[in-house]
Amino acid sequence: MHMHKYEKIWLFFGIGSLFLFLTIVGVSAFAQGNQPPSCLTTIDPEKVDQTPPFNKPGLVKTGDNEYQLNIVASAFAYTPNQIEIPKGAKVTINVTTKDVIHGFEMVGTNVNMMVEPGYVNSFTKTFNETGEFTILCNEYCGTGHHLMTAKVKVVDKQ
Amino acid sequence: MNETMKVDRRDAKLAMAHIYVAFIALALGGLAGLLQVLVRSGKFTLPANINYYTILTTHGVLLGLVLTTFFIIGFQFAAVSRTAGTLSDKARTTGWLGFWVMTIGTALTAFYILIGEASVLYTFYAPLQAHPGFYIGLTLVVVGSWLSGFAMFAHYAKWKKANPGKTSPLLTFMSVVNMILWLVCSLGVAATVLIQLLPWSLGFVERINILVSRTLFWYFGHPLVYFWLLPAYMIWYVVIPKIIGGKIFSDSLARLSFILFLIFSIPVGFHHQLVEPGIDPAWKYLQVVLTFMVVIPSLMTAFSMFATFEMYGRSKGAAGLFGWLRKLPWGDARFFAPFVGMLFFIPAGAGGLINASHQLNQVVHNTIWVTGHFHLTLATTVVLTFFGAAYWLIPHLTGRVMTKTMNRLAIVQTVVWAVGMLFMSGSMHFAGLLGAPRRSAFSTYGNSPQALEWIPYQIAQAIGGTILFIGIILVLIIVTNLAFFAPKGETEFPVGEVAETAERTPLVFENWKLWIGITVALILIAYTIPFIDMIQNAPPGSKGYKLW
Amino acid sequence: MPQLTDKKTKVKTEEHSSLKGTLASVFLLGFFLIFTWVGVYFLFLDRL
Ligand code: HEM
Ligand SMILES: [Cu+2]
Ligand SMILES: [Cu+2]
Repeated sequence: MHMHKYEKIWLFFGIGSLFLFLTIVGVSAFAQGNQPPSCLTTIDPEKVDQTPPFNKPGLVKTGDNEYQLNIVASAFAYTPNQIEIPKGAKVTINVTTKDVIHGFEMVGTNVNMMVEPGYVNSFTKTFNETGEFTILCNEYCGTGHHLMTAKVKVVDKQ
Repeated sequence: MNETMKVDRRDAKLAMAHIYVAFIALALGGLAGLLQVLVRSGKFTLPANINYYTILTTHGVLLGLVLTTFFIIGFQFAAVSRTAGTLSDKARTTGWLGFWVMTIGTALTAFYILIGEASVLYTFYAPLQAHPGFYIGLTLVVVGSWLSGFAMFAHYAKWKKANPGKTSPLLTFMSVVNMILWLVCSLGVAATVLIQLLPWSLGFVERINILVSRTLFWYFGHPLVYFWLLPAYMIWYVVIPKIIGGKIFSDSLARLSFILFLIFSIPVGFHHQLVEPGIDPAWKYLQVVLTFMVVIPSLMTAFSMFATFEMYGRSKGAAGLFGWLRKLPWGDARFFAPFVGMLFFIPAGAGGLINASHQLNQVVHNTIWVTGHFHLTLATTVVLTFFGAAYWLIPHLTGRVMTKTMNRLAIVQTVVWAVGMLFMSGSMHFAGLLGAPRRSAFSTYGNSPQALEWIPYQIAQAIGGTILFIGIILVLIIVTNLAFFAPKGETEFPVGEVAETAERTPLVFENWKLWIGITVALILIAYTIPFIDMIQNAPPGSKGYKLW
Repeated sequence: MPQLTDKKTKVKTEEHSSLKGTLASVFLLGFFLIFTWVGVYFLFLDRL
């Protein structure tokens, strides 16, 4: 099929840019480990309260500077909803839900994931600055959806 | 005048029936949109205990599903009748059957939303459980659209039989591609509704597999946006050249881009599920790659559009790099409205690339940025193109002409829409980057300092939304005028001709077995293994919840 | 509709020279796409 020379140039440039974008996110994801949250662990949504680690939700120290933050979402609250994290901690956040789908967004960070019944979702982040972050639900879950929130404080280690 | 130049009166009635429903949906849905922006500004609360999410469900269903599907089917019936000849009685009857099935379905769905039994938003994610009537209504909408699709296929087949070995008319070809796309993708939503949601909401089964349901939904949900976009592209490729007095840049490239849309727009649904559990990130990435492939036909379209404009301008003696811009018919609303739609597709496309970029999705997922994005793609690019088409289509179908006054009002309407959207969508984009969530009534999240930062944007959003609502009133005035009050007369249904320099169109584009075969193969590659995974490693299913 | 083409009204066009504006326009579009994408990519990196 005939194509105008300029169109060839444009498509070469355009498709080239697309592949460049794909390479950047691909390398970042597969070589540097910046995959989007995609945890494959399943859980019985009706037995969340009995299933470790969600039977005791909260922050748990797991290593030198490493922590697990286990959070249970349900209509319309997160448990726990006031969280303190020592500055510099590398925290793996695990979230699951007892009822419908919820979102889990930590405002102003890359922590943004879907929380779906039957699954645990997970994301690891290092908190290098002190400050306060709002956590909120960004997937519609019912009348109280916009009231579903929690707070994280990153504090200096004493 | 050649008799194929005009849509037969009986076909015109069928097309108009669809268009009436579309604009009624616009009126009601627009009102809901106005209420939403006002609520989200924090300065207004809904009276009488009306639930924000009932309003939002109404808005999403009426504008995302009803307005679009009805306008598209009406437009395409007119387009195939205009370019491939008057419909047979059988095809037309099937079209009417499809219309009534869709309309009854819409009424049923709207009823259950409005009585508050289905505040599940237009994506109806389980395990929120709506009244069965909501799902039955949606099923009827889809089934009705299939009937119309079959009528169009039959009409195309009849034309092919009467014209062996010839390339089909471009608009007919494009309509057929769009209905194939629609049929293949809506099988997914039909499957989740009929096999999962309906039996579950009726109480025949207790539990539902959430991830399978969402995956089937998004198998449908992304091609859905191309089902909206392709009719706009039909107007750009075929109608706009004629309106400006130019030529279609290339028939073959237009067909090629439509085939690419058919092939690549379906196996990409995971880009709506990038941050969700239960799907291996490698499969997500594969679909991200395929998503980027579907950008290619849009790159081609951009080139074709500029080339059409430039070739026309130069034929009128334009000089310099951009002199041709001045030759375009800026005062003609049939051109101006779609043109502004094209301009808005530039930021819309930029946003789309970002949304689909694998982990970059974490920055914007489910923030109001996404709402800003599709108010550019759908609620501006597509909708302004449809408005521009309505300005000749409605008078053509009703045997009237658009007056100068109405044309001027339509220009004003376009400007109002553009300004309103600049404010509304612009502030949605910025607030989204700051983390403001979509699908949420006003909230300060316990006076969180981060949430307080969004308020100025939410006020700008309300101002923009109010301007947009004025735009809706204006377009309704114009449409009512064109349908009932404009002077009688003949209005052209503009269909462009191909530029002399363009070569003959190869017949391979109508090798449907080949294209549908490739489409199915890509779907199987992108979905089979992750889908089997989901079913084999499924957690216990979910009971239904009614949390509103 | 190639079959219905009316020969008289055809517009003569020069092959390469006449689409300079188009080339410039699509490249402006391309740079805009790259600019916004890179912008959000840096936001992502900044929030890592
Ligand atoms: C007066 C004009 C309009 C205004 C003021 C408006 C406003 C809004 C707002 C504020 C939202 C987001 C609400 C939220 O997430 O909480 C929204 C969502 C939406 N709008 Fe519009 N809109 C308008 C026109 C349109 C048009 C013309 C279309 C489509 C053709 C459209 C389609 C949608 C869809 C599909 C949603 C998503 C609903 C959901 O997330 O469940 N809107 N609109
Ligand atoms: Cu929620
Ligand atoms: Cu999509």
